[in-house]
Amino acid sequence: MTADATALTTHSDAHAEAHAFDTHPAGGIGTPVLGMLLFIASEVMFFAGLFAAYFSIRAGYTEIVGGVPTHVWPPTAYEGLLNPFKLVTPDGQLNLILPATIILVLSSVTCQLGVWGIMKDDRRKFLRNFAVTLVLGVVFLLLQLYDYSVLINEGLTMGSTTFGTTYYTMTGFHFAHVFGGVLMLGVVLYRGMAGQFSAKHNDMVEATSLYWHFVDVVWILLFSTLYLL
Amino acid sequence: MATTTLNPAAPAVRGGLYEWLTTTDHKKIGIMYLINSIIFFLAGGILALVVRLELAVPGLQFVDESFYNQAFTMHASFMLFLFVIPILAGFGNYVVPLQIGAPDMAFPRINALSFWLLPLGGALMASGFLASGGAAASGWTEYPPLSGGQYSGTGTDLWIMGLTLIGTSSILGSINFLVTIFKMRAPGMTLFRMPILVWTVLVTSVLVLMATPVLTSALVMLFIDRNYGGHFFDPANGGNAVLYQNVFWFYSHPAVYIMILPAMGIISEILPVFSRKPLFGYKAFIFATVAIGALGFSVWAHHMFTTGAVFLPFFSLMTFLIAVPTGVKMFNWIATMWRGKLTFETPMLYAIGFLTLFLLGGINGAFSAAVPVDFALHDTYFVVAHIHYVLFGGSVFAIFAGIYYWFPKMTGRMLGEGLGKIQFVLMFIGFNLTFFPMHQLGLAGMPRRIADYAANAGWSELNLAATIGGFVIAFAMLPFFWNVLVSLRNGKIASSDPWEANTLEWATTSPPPAYNFDHLPEIRSERPVFDARYGRTVAH
Repeated sequence: MTADATALTTHSDAHAEAHAFDTHPAGGIGTPVLGMLLFIASEVMFFAGLFAAYFSIRAGYTEIVGGVPTHVWPPTAYEGLLNPFKLVTPDGQLNLILPATIILVLSSVTCQLGVWGIMKDDRRKFLRNFAVTLVLGVVFLLLQLYDYSVLINEGLTMGSTTFGTTYYTMTGFHFAHVFGGVLMLGVVLYRGMAGQFSAKHNDMVEATSLYWHFVDVVWILLFSTLYLL
Repeated sequence: MATTTLNPAAPAVRGGLYEWLTTTDHKKIGIMYLINSIIFFLAGGILALVVRLELAVPGLQFVDESFYNQAFTMHASFMLFLFVIPILAGFGNYVVPLQIGAPDMAFPRINALSFWLLPLGGALMASGFLASGGAAASGWTEYPPLSGGQYSGTGTDLWIMGLTLIGTSSILGSINFLVTIFKMRAPGMTLFRMPILVWTVLVTSVLVLMATPVLTSALVMLFIDRNYGGHFFDPANGGNAVLYQNVFWFYSHPAVYIMILPAMGIISEILPVFSRKPLFGYKAFIFATVAIGALGFSVWAHHMFTTGAVFLPFFSLMTFLIAVPTGVKMFNWIATMWRGKLTFETPMLYAIGFLTLFLLGGINGAFSAAVPVDFALHDTYFVVAHIHYVLFGGSVFAIFAGIYYWFPKMTGRMLGEGLGKIQFVLMFIGFNLTFFPMHQLGLAGMPRRIADYAANAGWSELNLAATIGGFVIAFAMLPFFWNVLVSLRNGKIASSDPWEANTLEWATTSPPPAYNFDHLPEIRSERPVFDARYGRTVAH
């Protein structure tokens, strides 16, 4: 005990100079968390560019109705295609976009429960909730892939006017972001099982959860815009 | 004898090239940024000479129209995305941690990643020259439909992929700068004691963070249109070609400030040192920088006045407004020099060159901000003159000022003054000979991006003058590279603080040790090294 204390003193004396460069001043936001918040800000701007393009295209879309160019959206050929509340499509396939949405929102809840767990040093709660989040994320990705196959079956492709182009671009980039998030959850889970996180050291857990919430919020906006609005 | 038998394997393995390839030291990464940028500066310069050579006299003498288009497209792409933007990031990388008294950037490995994405993106972009159909050729703006799949080939895809990587590099770099500036400042280094260069890098990083992802979105939409049957910019299927211009300029106008704000920061470091006075209006300068950054997001459509698709009065007014904070800075710089004890070492010469040329660039920019004038000048050589006065006369002169100013810190050797002055004079003359006639060419109606013009158009003499000027600029690079080579071996040894400067990078050795500082002077103002030199600090 005494030896430890002495060693500590010597250590701090020898590095008194180095303490001037302390990169983690007491209090304030953690460096990795700030980095992640800024990264999310840039991602917001990326999706803002896509949303701006979508609304600009949507507002300018016209079709010839009775010889007169008229604003319509969605294009008449794809009317009613993106209805989340009809769980079965006309040709008998399942439309699972609403369940997928609920699953992704739920995964945000479990992710946050995991963060609160590790903040109280409750590793079991943290690991269980992050494992559930990871599974829910994978299920969302699989449902999304299934949904693409259903839509392609019904004739909606990237080339189906700007309606198809915007739909697949926006949901596709969201898909890629969820995929990235699942990878990050996997890394956090792996490191968590190795016991690398605690109530004091959980910056990466928090950063990953922030990213996951961001991906969730983007989906809520996409779902509202593409399916409901 | 015994010492010679010691096995020196460990340092030998990590030394030299391997060390540079794997380093996460912000100083080494900063120097690699500079070297990589200068390589692309040379490539872009050679392409500019191709353009000038072809335009020297009427008729097509050296290249066909197709290669001419590739030459001016890749000239601008190299100069903007692979020279000016990254070299300023390189100065930021080297200088910012030193100036705030930090041992390194906040995320050293991400820092290495942001650097290594640059040569990769640049090589991808340049590899277009090897593709069938050649490199991207629709101008650096790559407007559809010209950049669409119907009119352009693989070179454009490579250009898009390369630029996406370069943009990612910028975004990661900006996150790193912001976190470094917010989290790593030495004790006493409050926000309003930070050197101006750090402030300009801070504001620039916010611009990069907010604007570059929008460029990425424009590029992926273009890529999807070209390769996956998308219709974003295809009016026949509900798309909108002007949409690309909006999204593109939402990045590319703030990019102008990304390319000038750190350059202004460099100038604001140099002028006070060689005037022996503090910067006039330190806080006003910071607020002007922030104002330029904020206004910079509201002027993008002044590049699109003639599309008829933008609200002219708003964008014209905002463009004029941006002249106000810029004017504040001009007066700050002039007042800094006013009644100072001026000395004219090479960095100072370049700084004064910056002031004169950037002023001209600002004035001819204000011309184009007026909508009726712009309708006449749009896409003429007047615009080419404007961009080169602000970007070459502005940013590039500041970059050379920065190279001469920090070379002693980076290498421990001074650059030769004589060769430096010869280079400055040649560049100043060559620059004005090249670009001043372009104002008149533009007013005489010469459009940009043409490979040839009629002999009776009245443009021949001015074009010849511009071509001669271009070769004078190229010639001015010879004393520069000679100077660097000679000085690296035999240059005067630089002390820690050869210029008697103000900021913390001069409080450590030249070059600094890997961890930057053995000890820091107390920081009680924005000029801690000045304070320490004149005893305006409490010893402890």
